[in-house]
Amino acid sequence: MSSILEVQNLVKQYGDFTAVKGISFDIKEGEIFSLLGPNGAGKTTTISMLSTLYTPTSGDATISGHSITKNPMAVKQVIGVVPQELALYEDLTARENLIFWGQMYGLSGKSLTSRVDEVLEQIGLTDKAKNRVKTYSGGMKRRVNIGVGLLHKPRLLFMDEPTVGIDPQSRRAILDTVKDLNKQGMTVLYTTHYMEEAQELSDRVGIIDHGELIALGTQRELTQQVGETETLILHVGENDDSEALAKALAGVKDVLEASANDHEVSVIAQEAEDVLAAVVTMANERGVKIRSIDIREPNLEAVFLHQTGRALRD
Amino acid sequence: MKKLFLIGIKDLRLIFRDRAALIFMLLAPFLLTIGMGFVTGRFSGNSSGLSDIPVVIVNLDKEQLGNALADVFSSEELVDLMEPTTSSDPEAARRFIDDDQAAAAVIIPEGFTRSIIPAEGIASPALAPGAHLPDLLSKSRPVPGSVDQNFVQSNPVKIEVYTNPSRPTSAGVVKAIVDEFVSRVEEGRTSGMTSIVQLMQTGLLNPQNAESEIRKLFENVQQTESTAITLKTDKEGAEAIQFDILAYMAPGMALLFLMYTVSYGGRSILSERSQGTLPRLLVSPTSTAQVLGGKVLGIFLTGVAQVGILILASSVFFGVKWGDTLGLAILILAAVFGATGWGMLITALARTPAQIGSIGSALMLIFGILGGSFINLEQMPAYVRTLGKITPNAWGLDGFTTLALGGTLPNLTEPITALLIMGTILFGVAVVLFNRNGIMNK
Repeated sequence: MSSILEVQNLVKQYGDFTAVKGISFDIKEGEIFSLLGPNGAGKTTTISMLSTLYTPTSGDATISGHSITKNPMAVKQVIGVVPQELALYEDLTARENLIFWGQMYGLSGKSLTSRVDEVLEQIGLTDKAKNRVKTYSGGMKRRVNIGVGLLHKPRLLFMDEPTVGIDPQSRRAILDTVKDLNKQGMTVLYTTHYMEEAQELSDRVGIIDHGELIALGTQRELTQQVGETETLILHVGENDDSEALAKALAGVKDVLEASANDHEVSVIAQEAEDVLAAVVTMANERGVKIRSIDIREPNLEAVFLHQTGRALRD
Repeated sequence: MKKLFLIGIKDLRLIFRDRAALIFMLLAPFLLTIGMGFVTGRFSGNSSGLSDIPVVIVNLDKEQLGNALADVFSSEELVDLMEPTTSSDPEAARRFIDDDQAAAAVIIPEGFTRSIIPAEGIASPALAPGAHLPDLLSKSRPVPGSVDQNFVQSNPVKIEVYTNPSRPTSAGVVKAIVDEFVSRVEEGRTSGMTSIVQLMQTGLLNPQNAESEIRKLFENVQQTESTAITLKTDKEGAEAIQFDILAYMAPGMALLFLMYTVSYGGRSILSERSQGTLPRLLVSPTSTAQVLGGKVLGIFLTGVAQVGILILASSVFFGVKWGDTLGLAILILAAVFGATGWGMLITALARTPAQIGSIGSALMLIFGILGGSFINLEQMPAYVRTLGKITPNAWGLDGFTTLALGGTLPNLTEPITALLIMGTILFGVAVVLFNRNGIMNK
């Protein structure tokens, strides 16, 4: 498979602050690629540069062979963008919105009309197409927001956290839509801070934190980085010394690694059950009050934890 | 270009779906115009509107042209509009005006006719080699409360229109009537003189016979003028000037609220940025220039629609006669262009839509006062009138009043040019500020 997107050392600086620190990756034609990272990691800045909205401070990227810095207009013809925030005219109907945005992508006449009808069908709003967007629920607005990005049948679709702030039902519908689009041959760059979404959708995942791409690969490749291990998460009291406990636990038999972050202590072991009793005993001996314990199997969260020492939700 | 137009149309559609905006754009100026109509007695039919304008005629000339001008004010066509009284004492007439007893005094000096039509045996200066036809009119504007220099003839005879500064509009009507009369005389004289000079140059007319020909010519002109000067406002020429006070109030209110419209339009640029639609436009295959141009077009179209609807409504509901249609259309476009320039400048200076709203509202009121939307500028001190020149309101009202007084497109050159220059300069400054402040950058 050839690459539709190639990113080379992309940097974005705002004064002294560097939002994106020289990331490089590529996306193969026909795959779903997720950029996974917490809020403020640099996902939106990256997607904004790739969609030609922001000019990179340095570095470049090519989309279908067109440089985002040298030939942005050609790039715009190839890509579709679904922004994180709703970007619609609420006093226009869904149909009017789609017609306007279709015209901005150069569609006109019968091809515009038929494409608008197709997209309305695709996002399930044919019956409500004549209602003004401001009368829609949050989920319906999200669907129109996605529909706008699909109008001109882009080869590469950027979706920037499209499920933020919506109900589970709408979220499910959006994830299914992404899968359908991909089945139809559309390449998707999907950013999210929800590990579950990245796991469900992605062929490959790039994990981004503080503007750096800290891990990249298929889910299997990434989880192998942390081995076939399980992670024990201890939630401890606010006044307890989690750092000291983590240091002590690192010496317990069968514990591969232990680290502390605020009021959580993460303990990695081949089998969590093998070390559970010893961990609890150690905590009691040190007077640390355990509020709850989670056991996590290898996943992208564990990869993030492994790479950063922090949970993804932090 | 197509996308630019589509963005403009989209904005026009959006604003016409915003009820609050429509109230400010259309309903408020319409209701205020009605209110003004009642205040001025326009709807009650009493004389506080523009009818029965008291004017004093001092005819010291007592010959053909002087008599013709005096007759114009008592003609059947002007019977409702004018209430002339005659006097033989110019000083008494001026005192009459100073005491606010009339809107203006028209003082026709002795020898006015003779200064234009040469008496028998006196060589006409126009026949001298290299001579030019003296102008009867200068192009300067009247100064209220003083001798109007508009009607000063080169040497030595002049018609004086002594105006009452507290009745600027009525005085303006009197001035327009005299203006029209003088224009007719000038037209006839110019064409006649030109013909005679050509005849002499080609040898078809003997110089000895020229004087008698000129006298015949001006006798004809005078006879024609005495019946043909109707000071008409419409093409048919059937109606005399009937200056409607609403023809001043309605555009005054329209121009006042036009400033609201252009600031609303400017607000939409920043709103689109915060709502995410501007970035979305910029990641579509649409250039920044197209997006900005489309937004400006949207503001412009909205302003044109607003003023157009208000003018149409005042015609339909109040019977206001706006005058020359072509002049009116071009004046509206120019006024909206000038106002749009201000809207763009406000947008370029503001950081948030709320700031635009605040600045726009303040500017709307300030321009309303400086531009004469509330009080006729002729009643304002000279420095206010000078300051008012920065507003589209002042130039727009100047043009609308000219049209209502029977002017046509050629008479609108000054306000239209001023509005176009204003808009162009403001657009230029706004674009520089847009680039410097990065408003169109994401």
